Amino acid sequence: MHTLLREASDGFVPPSSADFDFSPIFGNSILFTKPVLMVFLSVIIGATFFIASSRKAAIVPSKLQYAGESVYTFIRNELGRDVIGPEFMRFVPFLFSLFVFILVNNVFGVIPLLQFPTMSHIGFPIGVTIFSYICYHYVAIKKHGLGKYLKDICFMPGIPKPVYLILTPVELLTYLVTRPLTLSMRLFANMFAGHLLLLVFILGGEYLLMSGIVLKFLSIFSFGLAIGLSFFELGIQFLQAYIFTLLTALYIAGALADEH
Amino acid sequence: MTGTLAIVGFGLSTIGPGTATGLIFAAYINGVARQPEARSILQPIAFLGFALAEALALFGLVLAFVLK
Repeated sequence: MHTLLREASDGFVPPSSADFDFSPIFGNSILFTKPVLMVFLSVIIGATFFIASSRKAAIVPSKLQYAGESVYTFIRNELGRDVIGPEFMRFVPFLFSLFVFILVNNVFGVIPLLQFPTMSHIGFPIGVTIFSYICYHYVAIKKHGLGKYLKDICFMPGIPKPVYLILTPVELLTYLVTRPLTLSMRLFANMFAGHLLLLVFILGGEYLLMSGIVLKFLSIFSFGLAIGLSFFELGIQFLQAYIFTLLTALYIAGALADEH
Repeated sequence: MTGTLAIVGFGLSTIGPGTATGLIFAAYINGVARQPEARSILQPIAFLGFALAEALALFGLVLAFVLK
């Protein structure tokens, strides 16, 4: 896509959102493109790794078992036990799959040959967000009943009556609109911005390499920065998978709490 | 000079989150410096705050692309 645009004009064309569009792999079906293929790949990678690591579980763990278990322990202790509280075991499988799925899909952004974070297409974060949205509402309704849950959201106890005029719409908006919106937008925007940042430096370096002799040497800095930023992105990708799972755990904890 | 005003808007929208991120980590460093054993409690809170603040800047970026 990008090279086509570049050939049309002679100057440097900065990367844009058009670089995120992929042509279909099979025929003309827009349903099956590179990001979709990568989602399937991420499920296979995640499942294979954790099945292999837990297959021959022993008291003295092998390196693979240790790697798999440390991820699990991290989610169970840091996000389950510390955030949700005594009932955390029910939610650990959900949080764990959420974390691994988002993490693998994000890290695709810096893996050579793939080099595209799946979550930089807004559809995928929305899909994942729907799961946690349904989850924390379902948990709250099951625990408190629909009536009491709505009452808790709309009329927070222990607050003077006139304040409800402002507080009730804000709270309703928070629970029903803002939370899922920010949850999906945060993941999407981080991955989108990260991929764009790498594109700027890599395509900029390529452009410098194709220009005059002095500029050729300058492309070293551009590529060097691109490599450095790739590692920075790796950190961001881990952080975003963690944040997404942490926020989901916090929302579930809020739904389980006796008073809102 | 050509370009879109949306990018200037994105630049402006980064001021707030940038300041916020600085304040969050300043508070985190302060807290850990005063009480090193509180690090494990403060770390998730600091990163949560950081992610919440950073997301606002990225909304600006997304809007800069949408409104082009």
